[in-house]
Amino acid sequence: MNNDRVLSASQRSGRLQVDAASKRFGHVTALSEVSLSVAAGEFVTILGPSGSGKTTLLKVIAGFETADFGRVLIDHADITELDPAQRNIGMVFQNYALFPHMSVARNVAYPLTMRGMPKADIATRVNQALDMVELGNLAERLPKQLSGGQQQRVALARATVFQPRLLLLDEPFGALDRKLREQMQIEVRRLQRRLGLTTLFITHDQEEALVMSDRIAVMDKGRVLQVGPPNEIYEAPANPFVADFIGESNMFAGMVEANGGNLVRVRLEQGPAIEVAGRADLSARPGQKVLVMVRPERFVDLAVDPNSARANRIDGRVTESAYIGVSDKYRVVTPEGIDVLIRLPSGPSHRRYSAGEPIAAGFHAADARLIAVQ
Amino acid sequence: MTLTATTPAVANRSWLRPGPFALTLPALLLLTLLFMLPLLRLFSLSFEGGDFGWYEKALTGGLYTAILYRTFEIAGIVTFFSLIIGYPVAFLLATTTPIWRAIGFAFVMLPLWTSVLVRTYAWMVLLGRNGILNRVLIDSGMLDTPLSLLNSRLAVILGMIHVMLPFMILPIYSALMRIDPDLPKAARGLGASATRILTTIYLPLTLRGIIAGVTLVFVVSLGFYITPALLGGGKVMMFAMVIEQQVREFLAWNFAGALSVILLALTLMMFWLLNQGVARHLRD
Repeated sequence: MNNDRVLSASQRSGRLQVDAASKRFGHVTALSEVSLSVAAGEFVTILGPSGSGKTTLLKVIAGFETADFGRVLIDHADITELDPAQRNIGMVFQNYALFPHMSVARNVAYPLTMRGMPKADIATRVNQALDMVELGNLAERLPKQLSGGQQQRVALARATVFQPRLLLLDEPFGALDRKLREQMQIEVRRLQRRLGLTTLFITHDQEEALVMSDRIAVMDKGRVLQVGPPNEIYEAPANPFVADFIGESNMFAGMVEANGGNLVRVRLEQGPAIEVAGRADLSARPGQKVLVMVRPERFVDLAVDPNSARANRIDGRVTESAYIGVSDKYRVVTPEGIDVLIRLPSGPSHRRYSAGEPIAAGFHAADARLIAVQ
Repeated sequence: MTLTATTPAVANRSWLRPGPFALTLPALLLLTLLFMLPLLRLFSLSFEGGDFGWYEKALTGGLYTAILYRTFEIAGIVTFFSLIIGYPVAFLLATTTPIWRAIGFAFVMLPLWTSVLVRTYAWMVLLGRNGILNRVLIDSGMLDTPLSLLNSRLAVILGMIHVMLPFMILPIYSALMRIDPDLPKAARGLGASATRILTTIYLPLTLRGIIAGVTLVFVVSLGFYITPALLGGGKVMMFAMVIEQQVREFLAWNFAGALSVILLALTLMMFWLLNQGVARHLRD
């Protein structure tokens, strides 16, 4: 092994690794062989619906639950059996869990006091931490005298003041209104970058996940379905659940008719054929059943852009039309009975369709994602 | 279209409707008749003769002040052990599964629904010379002669703790239940040991419950009568027994009145002091 000094220097980095963690509650499987690794300083979001096991995963990492099988490692050190008090992990709880009987300053000082730090050092560190979240002037207030956003920042200061190896955030913005939430998203990310803290963030809000993360891990029913950067999760979902959970999507079921490498021809169940970009990592043999995903906003109105060289064309009739503000949302049904969700740019320069009107829309083969069906 | 008042003006009959005062009237009358009037009568009796003669007799000479001191001592010991035993019980009740909580509560509440007299006699059966405890000790060969457990201070204190425990457990339990379960978790994650979680989270946040329990147990213990009378066998005198003795045996109503007023005044003072403690803590 390396000598101790070198090892302890590299231990600072905060690389997290979860190895095939499984956890059952009675006969409910909360985690099923979940593996995840987070690089030092990386911001990874665990995204999933409620009951997907994301909170259990967080608890296993924090040490509040013990996995039945599997291991948790930080910087290659196994912490699976370690008491939460010994793990040096900062955590922000969903409801902040501020100590109601302690002032803001004493809340933030708490982890330092528990580590037996000298009083003078504690005062300096607490002031720094509170300045960082711009709450220096409220140090003597009690938590209940603060607004939700301020409490959030106190919780953040308390979770980071002792320079933890890892920061865990458990749906911390759930109680905040939209404006404040967006502001806090930016603030948390800025703080995390400044401190270079490895961060695991839990949310069921896909927009939040896309905005904040270096990488997203999508979970469902105790499994990690896909891990990747936001654009990859959005543009290249690994399976129908991910495609459906992140954003809106059209899912067309069909059968591969021809595979030309770059371009795959898929015959839809309802009759028409569409061209889809091929995938190097997916061998689609003719006759194989597949799903094709197209995001609603990838469609173009062919009446506006008739020269567009779109490989695929949808002719149908608008059955529902909704004004969203940033776009117009249409439900279109083709004569073959294919149901398509389309978003077109809105505004005075664009034509609006109302229910019953015919519409022609196209999408590029590259904007259609081939998803394998096992 | 405009909105107009659609309810016709009705005669104001609000004076017919009972206000909050009217609703408390029966209880108020009952307390005044059965409680305040006798108390006032005792109070006036104690001053009969127009001077502090009865009080002088009670507070000098050492006998009554010694009993008063012993009463406070016993109440203090009972309160202390009720807290030491009651807090862990309340903690278990607050943190266990619902089924165990229900079972635990049955055990806590059952004595509360049983008459004090019955419970005191039960202790006599347990602790007597031929009681269950002595039998077990002798039959198992651990003792040759029975211990004289009954008619002792220990028996009185045991009996009183038994009676008073629910009054300590319930307020502490309710304070514990109000603590957000994430708080101890957060403390643990921030590096606190089990002991530090107890001293920095649980104890401060249940202080109101502790003070409530301590006040209740201490104040009620000061006036205990049946349990020390039966389990102490006349050897352990508490203040309420002295008052009873003065009335029943010597018909010394004036002196009993003075003793009652002294006990009441000291009890109210303790009550006030304990409350002051809470008020000061909450201001900090």
